Amino acid sequence: MQLVLEKRAERSTAIAIASPLIAVALTLVTVGILFAIMGKNPITALYVYFIEPLTDPFSLAEIAVKATPLVMIAVGLSLCYIANIWNIGAEGQFLVGAIAGSWLAVRTNGTDAGAWVLPVMLILGALGGALYAMIPALCKIRFGASEILTSLMLVYVAYYGMDYLVRGPWRDPHGLNFPTTAPFDPAATVPALIDGSRLHAGTLVALVVVMIAAVMLGRTIMGFEIKLIGAAPRAARFSGFNSDQLVLLTFAVSGGLAGLAGIIEVAGPIGYLQPDISPGYGFTAIIVAFLGRLNPVGILIAGLFLALTFIGGENAEIAMKVPQDLTKVFQGILLFYVLACDSMIVYRIRLVSTFRNPVHA
Amino acid sequence: MEDDCGITHEPSNGLCCSGRCADNSMNDISLESPAPGAATKAEPLLRAIGITKQYGTFLANDEINLDLYPAEIHALLGENGAGKSTLVKVMYGLIQPTAGELQWLGQKTVLAGPSEARALGIGMVFQHFSLFENLTVGENVALGLAPKESFAAISARLEETARVYGLPLDPKRQVWRLSVGERQRIEIVRALMQNPKLLILDEPTAVLTPQEADLLFFVLGRLKSEGRAILYISHKLDEVKRLCDTATILRGGKKVATCNPKQESAASLARMMVGADIGEVKAASGRTTTVPRLVIHRLSLDPDDPHGTHLQEISLEVRGGEIVGIAGVAGNGQDELFSALSGERLASGEGAVVINGLAAGLLGVTERRRMGAAFVPEERLGHGTAPRMKLSENALLTGHAASGMVKHGFINKPATLAAVDRTTKSFDVRKAKRDPEAASLSGGNLQKFIVGREILREPGVLIVSQPTWGVDAGAAATIRQALIDLAGRGTAVLVVSQDLDELAEIADRIAVMFHGKLSEPLSAAEATREKLGLLMGGASANQSTAKTEASDAAGA
Amino acid sequence: MLDATGQILHLILSVNFILTVITASTPLLLAASGELVVERAGVLNLGIEGMMIMGAACGFAGAYESDSIVVGALCGVVAGMAMAAVFGFLTLGLAVNQVATGLALTILGTGLSGLIGSGFVGERITPAQQLYLPVLTGLPVIGRILFGQDAFVYFSIALVIGIWMFLYRTRAGLVLRAVGDNHTSAHALGYPVLKIRMLAVLFGGACAGLAGAFLPLAYTPFFIPGMTAGRGWIALALVVFASWRPGRLVAGAYLFGAVTFLQLSVQGLGLGIPPQLMSSLPYLATVVVLVLISRTRGTAGSAAPASLGVVFVPDR
Repeated sequence: MQLVLEKRAERSTAIAIASPLIAVALTLVTVGILFAIMGKNPITALYVYFIEPLTDPFSLAEIAVKATPLVMIAVGLSLCYIANIWNIGAEGQFLVGAIAGSWLAVRTNGTDAGAWVLPVMLILGALGGALYAMIPALCKIRFGASEILTSLMLVYVAYYGMDYLVRGPWRDPHGLNFPTTAPFDPAATVPALIDGSRLHAGTLVALVVVMIAAVMLGRTIMGFEIKLIGAAPRAARFSGFNSDQLVLLTFAVSGGLAGLAGIIEVAGPIGYLQPDISPGYGFTAIIVAFLGRLNPVGILIAGLFLALTFIGGENAEIAMKVPQDLTKVFQGILLFYVLACDSMIVYRIRLVSTFRNPVHA
Repeated sequence: MEDDCGITHEPSNGLCCSGRCADNSMNDISLESPAPGAATKAEPLLRAIGITKQYGTFLANDEINLDLYPAEIHALLGENGAGKSTLVKVMYGLIQPTAGELQWLGQKTVLAGPSEARALGIGMVFQHFSLFENLTVGENVALGLAPKESFAAISARLEETARVYGLPLDPKRQVWRLSVGERQRIEIVRALMQNPKLLILDEPTAVLTPQEADLLFFVLGRLKSEGRAILYISHKLDEVKRLCDTATILRGGKKVATCNPKQESAASLARMMVGADIGEVKAASGRTTTVPRLVIHRLSLDPDDPHGTHLQEISLEVRGGEIVGIAGVAGNGQDELFSALSGERLASGEGAVVINGLAAGLLGVTERRRMGAAFVPEERLGHGTAPRMKLSENALLTGHAASGMVKHGFINKPATLAAVDRTTKSFDVRKAKRDPEAASLSGGNLQKFIVGREILREPGVLIVSQPTWGVDAGAAATIRQALIDLAGRGTAVLVVSQDLDELAEIADRIAVMFHGKLSEPLSAAEATREKLGLLMGGASANQSTAKTEASDAAGA
Repeated sequence: MLDATGQILHLILSVNFILTVITASTPLLLAASGELVVERAGVLNLGIEGMMIMGAACGFAGAYESDSIVVGALCGVVAGMAMAAVFGFLTLGLAVNQVATGLALTILGTGLSGLIGSGFVGERITPAQQLYLPVLTGLPVIGRILFGQDAFVYFSIALVIGIWMFLYRTRAGLVLRAVGDNHTSAHALGYPVLKIRMLAVLFGGACAGLAGAFLPLAYTPFFIPGMTAGRGWIALALVVFASWRPGRLVAGAYLFGAVTFLQLSVQGLGLGIPPQLMSSLPYLATVVVLVLISRTRGTAGSAAPASLGVVFVPDR
């Protein structure tokens, strides 16, 4: 007897809906077991992780703040992934966007520049991220080099580049030798949505991005093109779509969104440039994209959910001494379950009796 | 030593022509040596009894009984989808039957896999080769054999066997360098090296020129006279009548009849294969042609991939109201030509392709559609449609160019659904719901949708590749009639097809592609099978007339 | 400028440099060798970094608890294989997209290794011993290079040679190459494609785990979270750089190791080159190499295994 995978005649809509829920449930159970192994009470731990952050407004604001860059980057990545283009370098594009926008902030720091500074910073950030993302795109189009590896290598280059800038030419002269720039002027800071809270206008930008992406993917010919190129590249060519152009476009858009997220994060919650502006947003966004099934609204939900786990992880470290590495473990396991459950949309598992013994040797 | 066939061979390889060699120790075949010329009808080599194979609710094979005798060529006839491949895979151990049993030499046998079938003495040459392009001929053969010999021994034996049967091969060449006919040789020689008592061939001439097919038939004749049984799967009636002693006909998964094809007419065989009388396709008669709507002028193109074919100075005119066919064995540049005409690949000059009087050589697919051209590619799933997308999205696939489905960048969903409904109605597309995924339709219905989707746009030029390949007879008739009617309304229709019967039915003129060059078109009356076959094989069509003249002169 | 070049040349041609390069390249060679076999079978496993870091954490934990390098190495191997098994189950058993699964594996591995290794940060062990042969090791120049390495280094060379012989001189290796070239044909011929791929994936996991274990067991005698520092990704690039051929893999690994080490030592020369530029050199070099080799390929056959990364579900 053997278990085999069989393709369904048509995708199962029932499972398409149930899959993320099943995946989450399975993850909670697995992580609960993990907690037990670590000697912590699973119920308490799960509560601290998932419920507690929802109970006070401060945490809720933090969730929104954390989700903002995740959602923005993930939406951009989803456009690439739908088209089977594997941009793994969002982290690097995030950093380069931060650098590009911060250049203006550093340049105008201390001077009495006007309100134009922030918008231009944002534009520079998006542009910087987009241009940086075009490098792996061009390498793929012109030379056929794998975009997975090139975009990834450039993450490290971006990181070292920023490290150099904040320790060297851009270091705050009054900053007691810490590797940071001077704090940004108010004109170079993203305004807060509610006074005194860390919740900032960037969250609104993220929501707008989600809405535009949803309309674009669902209703426009451009969205159809992206979906078609990923689903059936030869049919896409037959339909008249140019895949090279699309590679450039999706990389540019996702790089731009990542770069925008980068400068918003720096000019908003953080307030200055330093080496640690990203706890791996660019990579976590990849998980968010898959969890959200490459769908803008799904990504919004997934982004909020993952942000919740980040905050929960911080709380759990304080309250229960659970190391923050567990958050990464949780995210990895969740992605595994989501991928596995999603496979059931297209395939079914059957028990089959077989004599098949095809071994030659 | 020499045998009656006049061929010298080594005593040790166990191959014996016609069983009349004096030294019987060479005979590895453990059959009674058949008397020359007479088939032993005493006991069947392989019996299939009540073989049934069910996939979900679909019955691919339904209680099929079949007997195979040594020294006999047995045809398995049927259309695409009749169940031939399934039955044969059961016989080879690739698939397990849901019910029924196999008997080998009178003993019930269960074949767990192909290696067991091979151990019994069953060899198979598939229609789609199981070859590894980046490995050498020798490595490919070794992979198909049990690991009992050293690699060097296999290479030596391979060269020898190939030479003996007149199908020479070099073990060190990498497969990607070989032509299609040469690749088939690897499959055949590999099967022969295992000294099979039963050799199964699945549509072997699908990829051969008529002359290469003749060589194959000669080899099969030799194998038959060596006492082997041959199961020959085909849907080509002329071949079967010429080559085979017995024929079993399958239809819809069931066995319909077993007969002697030499005593049947092509028409009677066809009727058994197809069942009901398909409506006669109205022949092209008296259609008036107008101006040339598609002009190909000295089109030359280098192939995209290194294994492709160079197009060389292709010129052709197709007038409104006429159907021009392009015949040729697959792999002679038809794919490249289609890409160049559709705009998926751009020509080198704008004048190389002219549509409705406008130079289109440097324009892309979308622009050519806007000029009134429509295209149907050979591959339904993956090229003509996106398999996992809905029919409405697939309507948008070609419709977004110029059918009111897109406005200011936004998709008009009701318009795409309307297109699906119209196509369904006009072309009798059977499907489970209003807007299913393309992959869920049967081949015939999907092809009707694809062809219908283009015809309903009333194009001025329609270019179709393999319009009825893999399609059931009813759908094929619908499609062919639709093409004829479209031409009747003034469209220029270009049909690329490997099916000479089809072209004979619908085309006004036929040209032949060979090695990237296009012959001068012949009118339907001039285009005899022989001439077309010669052109397909690269010879000039005048050869036949020269031979006839010579023999006339000799006989006079 | 000329003076700087002279200094760099002097540096490269020293015994110390060569010794350090060999050590730096060994984890790359180990991990890349495993992945080469995996990709030759047609599977793309991006989770090398995750398997390596797990190998490092478990390897160190094992060595620390048992006071034995061998046990530590074995723990690393097992950790790598366990991670690879999960990858294999998803991509081969459930036909899940290989890229996404590989990434998930890396993220999971990074997190899990942090959990496991956190208890051991700051601890030290006795590092793997280096070979000492009475006369041979004392030879000038080549003595320590050829006869003074630790077991991991010799094993890595033996591994590459073994892989080469396996792929090109054994039937099993031929079958594996065939599966990577055309899994449909292999299946039609009756070969168990999924089983062969699973074995390859497990082997790749073992190699990656061992490569990771090398770091805290021989390279440095302690464990730091994230100590693989992207080597797994470089190993991936190495396989492509080597055109999936074992011989070129050795050359590539040592080349990359040299670049990695160069950045550290040039700093010490005080040439005014920013350290971050040197640190980013290996990654920039990888991009350049990728572009160069992707360009020159394309005409004669295909260098990459033709079914690399393509999902395979056998029909019945």
